[in-house]
Amino acid sequence: MTILVIAEHDNSELKPATHNTIGAAGQLDGDVHLLVAGSGCASVAEQAAGIPGIAQVLHCDSVEYEHFLSENMSPLLVSMAGNYSHILAPATTFGKNVMPRAAALLDSQQISDISGIESNDTFVRPIYAGNAMATVKSNDSVKLLTVRITSFEAVAETGGSAEIVTVAAAGDSGLTAFAGADISKSERPELTSADIVVSGGRGMQSGENFPMLESIADKLGAAVGASRAAVDAGYVPNDYQVGQTGKVVAPNLYIAVGISGAIQHLAGMKDSKVIVAINKDEEAPIFQVADYGWVADLFEAVPQLDAALDAG
Amino acid sequence: MKILVPVKRVIDANVKVRVKSDQSGVELANIKMAMNPFCEIAVEAALRMREAGQADEVIVVSAGVSQCHETLRTGLAMGADRAILIEDDQDLEPLVVAKLLKAVCEREEPGLVLLGKQAIDGDNNQTGQMLSALLGWSNATFASSIEVNDDHFKVTRELDSGLESVTANRPSVITVDLRLNEPRYASLPNIMKAKKKPMDKLTAADLGVDSSPRLQVVKVEEPPARQAGIKVSSAEELVDKLRNEAKVI
Repeated sequence: MTILVIAEHDNSELKPATHNTIGAAGQLDGDVHLLVAGSGCASVAEQAAGIPGIAQVLHCDSVEYEHFLSENMSPLLVSMAGNYSHILAPATTFGKNVMPRAAALLDSQQISDISGIESNDTFVRPIYAGNAMATVKSNDSVKLLTVRITSFEAVAETGGSAEIVTVAAAGDSGLTAFAGADISKSERPELTSADIVVSGGRGMQSGENFPMLESIADKLGAAVGASRAAVDAGYVPNDYQVGQTGKVVAPNLYIAVGISGAIQHLAGMKDSKVIVAINKDEEAPIFQVADYGWVADLFEAVPQLDAALDAG
Repeated sequence: MKILVPVKRVIDANVKVRVKSDQSGVELANIKMAMNPFCEIAVEAALRMREAGQADEVIVVSAGVSQCHETLRTGLAMGADRAILIEDDQDLEPLVVAKLLKAVCEREEPGLVLLGKQAIDGDNNQTGQMLSALLGWSNATFASSIEVNDDHFKVTRELDSGLESVTANRPSVITVDLRLNEPRYASLPNIMKAKKKPMDKLTAADLGVDSSPRLQVVKVEEPPARQAGIKVSSAEELVDKLRNEAKVI
């Protein structure tokens, strides 16, 4: 058996989610190959070749893969699938977009967002916003899996020396075209891979109050997140959203500020190692999962916390 | 343009889900069911296109047990013109649903299929992408805005890294995200009117699709429970606990 992992990258470097996905692939029996498909992405293929445990890097470089459009990526995966028992991608918006289109073309029932691997054909995944865990077995000849990245350790970035093999492109479908992007720029760590996350909810009352959280985040080297309520209200952009339908995070420390703790939000953060909740409503459900709860008005508590971090 | 909106009947988003004691699934008997919230957003988007003169018919379609007719009535009460129920008692996987919808698309020839990006029961996030593959149509996922043009749709997509816009050739399959709109409530007169709107009934066999599941559900369990911890009463106490007890800062 050989396993194919689809690298997520931006044509200049690998995204951290790729390393967790390779970590998951390492729990299956067989050599692991990594597909780097993009445009002008030779540096990514070279970076990938350094990952220990990768037997081969498959480098497919063509303009139609520049924006990873699913209509172009899926025929490429189909053309390669015959050589593999499993194809894995991270359960990020990249993997969620591309994989099901390939799965349908391969007539394979994809298993989404796996959080555990029982054997080569049996996988565990959360359903109902993580309120239940399903163990499912697949008999499809090629199994397509997206991987909950917080559930698998990332592999090391260097130390290996895999062979890089060039793969022929599969052509441009012409069905969709990239028309622009508004990518959030931040000096802070990426939300899904940060060791510490500070998140704000509806209790923040306005986007103008988020700098209070950013100040704490910067002292802790943390990423800033938000609940759906805060994103829907326009306080912060969509890529801040933690929850069932946003990002799933599992940092060492998650600080929830002014977040009530709806099940849809808990679904995205309850695997965090330590949870702190600051909320003035002592009945808020967030306190039921918090290791350290502080019942307080956040507009008083957050500046005090900021000062206490300085004092230490 | 005709718009097809597939909708799913799921446990109401406000109901606490319980796992069955025999680990065969989650408890569905006597539980309040509702239209999947993302599907409501898709229905709303279709209705707004019709109201803007960009579409002339909105068809809601649902596949599943006979009670899915209630979910379709909700879509009709919101304003859809007619409904199609594909009745099947099996647990329908996304690939099966995509095959059923493909067959419906071949009969109805819509210019656009609008779906929710995921259902809040299985959290699979697959059906729209799979349908687009089977039809060979363009696909835009996680839409937070959709602009209808003569030969294409311009779609803003919500990504982990921010926003992206793409142009998708018509016909297309578009899956919708939370920020696209706020769905309307059905008014009482419209709920009454919906009872008279046409609903066709089909089966998987009518559509030539094998609806049996591919995956075997070995078991469904409760997740590990998290215990509430302690309360702190000052910033100094919190920082001390995080530094010296939890050792996470």
